Parts: sequence; C-alpha cells; structure tokens
Amino acid sequence: MISLEGVSHDYGGGALFRDVTVQLEPGSFYFLTGPSGAGKSTFMKICYGELKPSTGTVTLLKRDLASMTRDDLAQARERIGVVHQDCSFLDHLTLEQNVALPLTATGRPISDSDLEDLMGWVGLTDRADAKPPTLSGGERQRAALARAIVAGPSVLLADEPTGNLDWEMSQRLLMLMIELNRMGTAVLIATHDLNLIRFAKAQVQARVIRIAGRTLQLAGAEL
Amino acid sequence: MSTGPIADLVVPKAGQNVWLVSLSAAAMAFLAVFALALSMSSARLADSWAQALSETATVRIAAQPDEIEAQTAQVLEVLRTTPGIAAATVMAQSDQAALLEPWLGPDLPLDMLPLPRLIEVTEFGGGPDRQGLRLRLAAEAPGAVYDDHTRWRRPLVQAASRLQSFALLSLVLIGGVMSAIVTLAASVALSANRQVIRVLRLVGARDRFIARAFVRRISRRALAGAAGGTALGMAALLALPDPGSAVPVLAGIGFHGLSWLWPLSIPALTFVLAWASSMATAFHVLRGVT
Ligand SMILES: Nc1ncnc2c1ncn2[C@@H]1O[C@H](COP(=O)(O)OP(=O)(O)O)[C@@H](O)[C@H]1O
Ligand SMILES: [Mg+2]
Repeated sequence: MISLEGVSHDYGGGALFRDVTVQLEPGSFYFLTGPSGAGKSTFMKICYGELKPSTGTVTLLKRDLASMTRDDLAQARERIGVVHQDCSFLDHLTLEQNVALPLTATGRPISDSDLEDLMGWVGLTDRADAKPPTLSGGERQRAALARAIVAGPSVLLADEPTGNLDWEMSQRLLMLMIELNRMGTAVLIATHDLNLIRFAKAQVQARVIRIAGRTLQLAGAEL
Repeated sequence: MSTGPIADLVVPKAGQNVWLVSLSAAAMAFLAVFALALSMSSARLADSWAQALSETATVRIAAQPDEIEAQTAQVLEVLRTTPGIAAATVMAQSDQAALLEPWLGPDLPLDMLPLPRLIEVTEFGGGPDRQGLRLRLAAEAPGAVYDDHTRWRRPLVQAASRLQSFALLSLVLIGGVMSAIVTLAASVALSANRQVIRVLRLVGARDRFIARAFVRRISRRALAGAAGGTALGMAALLALPDPGSAVPVLAGIGFHGLSWLWPLSIPALTFVLAWASSMATAFHVLRGVT
C-alpha cells in the first residue's frame, strides 16, 4: 500500500531519521511511537505525500511519489484516510458537511444513513450541525477520525487520534479502527500512549515501530 | 444529501472583494454599453455618408450670361457620353433659390445675380473617370467645374471610422480592466483561503474542483454586476432626449431595432471573461500551494 525505502528527512537542522525502510501491507496494523519531537508527524506526512522526503523513495498505492502530479496525489488520497494532528476543518461548514467532505470533494455519492451511523459511532450525532470552531479538542479528534474513514479508505493514517480523549472514548475509537482493519483496511497510528498500544495488542496483531536515535526500530515484546 | 450545493459552499463567502467584482462589473458593463453604441453608430454614420455622397456630384458652370446656355448644353452632352454617369439634370432656378434662401433671404432677385448654373449628376458603379472628365470639360466648357464632394466627404468618413476604432479600442480596454480586476479578486480570495485549499487537498480534492469552487462564485458575481450595469446603460440610452433631426449626428447615437440585442451580449461576455481569467488565476495559484 505505502512503502518507504531508504527515506531520510531533514528540515534543515539535522536529520530527524535516516535510511528508513518500511512497508505498510494491506490489512496490516502498525503503531508508530517515540518521544515528542522525534518526527512522528513528519513520518506520517511523508506517508500521505504532504511532505517529500529529503532522500529515499516513497511509493503510494504502487506509484512513485516523486513522479506523481497533484492530480495523481489527489487520486491516491481518495483511498487514504488521514487524521491530521491539528485536525483542520472548513470552519464555515457544519460538522456533518465536514465529515462528508472527502465524498463531496471527489464527487462520490453520499449515503445519509451511513453518515448518520458514522456520526453516532464517534458520538457526534448531537453536534452534527455545529460549526468546527465551537467544538472541544476531543470532539474535533472524533470528527477528524469520522472524516478520515467516511469514504472507506484502503489505508488509515492517524496522527495522535486520541490525544485529547478520555480513556473510554479512546478505547471506543480504537475499536472502530480495529474493526476497519478486520475488514481489510491497513492502519498506521502515531501515538505515545502506551496503554492504547497494549489495549490494541490484546485485540489485533499489531506491530510497533519506534523512532529513537534517528532510526526506526521494531519495538520489542515488552509492550 | 446531494453533491451539488455543498460543492458550491466549500469556499467561504469572500466578503468585500467579491462585492468589488460585482461593482466593477456593473461599472464596466455600463461603459461598454456606451462604447458599443458609439461604435455601431459611427459605423452606420460612416457608411451612410460614404454611400449618400459617393453617388452624387455637381457640375458648376460659371460663365458670361451670353455663354452660359451654350456651355450648359455642351456640358450636358459631355456628361451624356461619359460612362459611369446615370443622369444629369440642370437644377431649376426655384430649387437653386431654395438652396440659397437660408443664406440670402427669401426675396432674392435671382435674375440680377451672376449665379453659376448647377447640374446635378447621379453616378453609378464607381462613377466616371474623374481626371478624364475634368480634362474634357476644361476643353469643351472652360467655365465648368466637376465637384464630386470628395474633398469634404473624405475627412468626415475618416472621422467617423476613426471614432469607431476608438469605440472598439474602448471595448477592448474595458474587457482588459475587467479581467485584471477579476484576476486580482481571484488571487486575493485564493491566498486568503490557503487553509481551505489545504484541507480540500487532504481529502482528495483535485485542482479542478478547488478552482471551480472559487471561480463559480466570482464569475456569478461578475455576471450579476454586468447584467445590472448593462440594464442601466440601456435605460440611460433610452432616456436620452431625442434631439430630432436638427442634430443628425447626435440623433444617431444609440441602438436601432434589432441592434438592441447587441448589448445583451455584454453580461454573457463578462461571464465568459471572468470565468476564463479567474480559472487561469486559480490554476496558477494552486500550482504554488502544496
Ligand atoms: N515544517 C517544519 N519546519 C521545520 N521544522 C519542523 C517542521 N515541522 C516539524 N519540525 C521539527 O521537526 C521535529 C519533529 O517534529 P514532528 O514530526 O512534529 O514530531 P512529533 O510528531 O514526533 O512530535 C521537531 O523538532 C519540529 O520542531
Ligand atoms: Mg506529532
């Protein structure tokens, strides 16, 4: 689905990570962890093509990122669901319209009942008509997850999707992602919440990669 | 939920700069109505002057009273045998008096004045070979002068067609200003909405979709403004006081009959122009936003 080969990134102040090679296969479940500032968000951005790495090759859905036009990238994103760490929305649209945006913006049909189900799953039925600026951090994260999965993506990339949520809601959203994974969606979650990782490992065969000391390591069984 | 209305809404209302587009479109359309009217009127004027004057000429015969009859007869004979001349008639004295009346008053003792004799000539085709005709007249009737009005006709026709060029140039300039304003408004709207563009990109929207969302709003505003401006311009033309036949040049400005349909193309053209220039701007800006 998404593969990185020999990827390094450097914003100008030294490399965040070097020579990373990872493959996100269909149906796989990954956690990406590491201390704050290690480069988790940077890694995620490279995975959905918002950022081109300083060196190395990124392949999105079988195509080389370096040779993709903006339209190619847009086409790939129709199948990649993203929960951005800063959860940006279109502030002048309602929450429900924002959640439906991946379908609206690509001319795909929208089923009202599916949309309602989804809003219910993330506990936002009551807030469907609210404008994003009036939402709490937790509500934004739930809405961002709903938006990321509304179009039934092949890959879900979630950057700290539970950072602002209480434990109960975190579990609920994680279960939603595990459910999607069981239906075939590849999932990559960046988080520093070890409890979340432990909880997931009891449900699904998840692999954990860790950014530390400028390299990516497969984390051991201690988690 | 249908795709259409929301696709329209993905761009937030742009506020002032969109009003600027409506207002400028209205002003430009108003000016365009007048430029168009001027261009059509001056074309019509140039045409009618060229036509009416090119088919008539006058031969003036000035001679001693005892020679004038003979010379007139000779001139008529020459004219009769000249190709390119349809008819030649000696102007009756009463007609000549009518012609002079505005200048010299009604009680004109014409018999007492050494007036030249006038022969009205109607030309056809390209008219006669004027140089040849003048030479023949000089030989046969030295007092005769062939006057085909060209001397004073040419600058008039030239002025009218120059006026038409100016009017057309104005239309081009108005179009240029309009697309400059739309380009400016579009790039302001796009730069003010970088965050919107980023979110749309994130959910898989293509440049075409994003550009259209911006362009649709701007060109609709331009269309509405231009429709208003055109209506005002046409109303203003209709309300022009009719100067009657006293000032034929002024009376000609405006549209006549079916040509009233022409200004209706101004809003349509404005829409097309706004669409094209904002689309080009949008794609240009989007190329720079990643
Ligand atoms: N656009 C940017 N330009 C320059 N430096 C950046 C940029 N984004 C992130 N960084 C820096 O890169 C490092 C890694 O950031 P990030 O990927 O957000 O880490 P994490 O998500 O693991 O907390 C940080 O030191 C951050 O300051
Ligand atoms: Mg981060």
